[in-house]
Amino acid sequence: MTSETLTFFFLAAFAVTTAVLMVLQRNPIMSAICMIANFFSIAALYLLLRAQLLAVLQIVVYTGAIMVLVVFVIMLLNIGEETRLRERYNLGMAAGVVLAAGFVAELAYIVFFSGDPSIRASLDPRAAAIGTVEEMGGALFGKFLLPFEITSLLLLVAIIGAVVLAKKKG
Amino acid sequence: MEIPLSYYLILSAILFAVGVAGVLTRRNAIVVFMCIELMLNSVNITLIAFSAYLGDITGQALVFFVMAVAAAEAAVGLAIVIALFRNKQTVNIDEINILKW
Repeated sequence: MTSETLTFFFLAAFAVTTAVLMVLQRNPIMSAICMIANFFSIAALYLLLRAQLLAVLQIVVYTGAIMVLVVFVIMLLNIGEETRLRERYNLGMAAGVVLAAGFVAELAYIVFFSGDPSIRASLDPRAAAIGTVEEMGGALFGKFLLPFEITSLLLLVAIIGAVVLAKKKG
Repeated sequence: MEIPLSYYLILSAILFAVGVAGVLTRRNAIVVFMCIELMLNSVNITLIAFSAYLGDITGQALVFFVMAVAAAEAAVGLAIVIALFRNKQTVNIDEINILKW
């Protein structure tokens, strides 16, 4: 057991725990806080995979932008502890959990039993080089230039859509 | 011992399943929305793991685009939630059924 493996197991356990807590919490603010902890552990996992730029972007974009927006909306709509929604335990809920468990079993079966036998056992030696800002920038402005430009169009559409949807009628 | 690729795939599968369970069981639109973000993130782990283990940058470029789409989705999705709350005074997805036939 190297320290890297131990780190992986710690981060994986943390990520799964916070994800489960996020689903189980009654209070949406507590859900959001668990989600933020989950995003931090996922960013650390990206670092284990030598993806430095994406680890930083994960924290900046997800915890810095998306979760702030989510927390802002939860507080704006005041759906905290006192006006908490009535959540039901019923057949649909049980079916949801069973379906999710079946799904993870299927995925585990695919990974362990029908996977490509040449599936890699250790990181590629180039892994540390391709996660840097330099390599990512080269790829985004070279091979992926068209998708990159379309992404900017998508963000523009999202800005306009959000303003139009959320603004007061009249 | 190095971490094999399958560990990351299993972690990603578990996180995705937790997200699926959340979407299917929770009734609060914003929590459902966060569960969708969780599923996007688990797919990102898979993409980055394959990218690192195969030494190919395509997976990481794809994650970059997924993050951009997630940000756009967050803005529009939460705007829809605010518009719905303004009209129906609720974010419970059982009570939001105006598109149901």
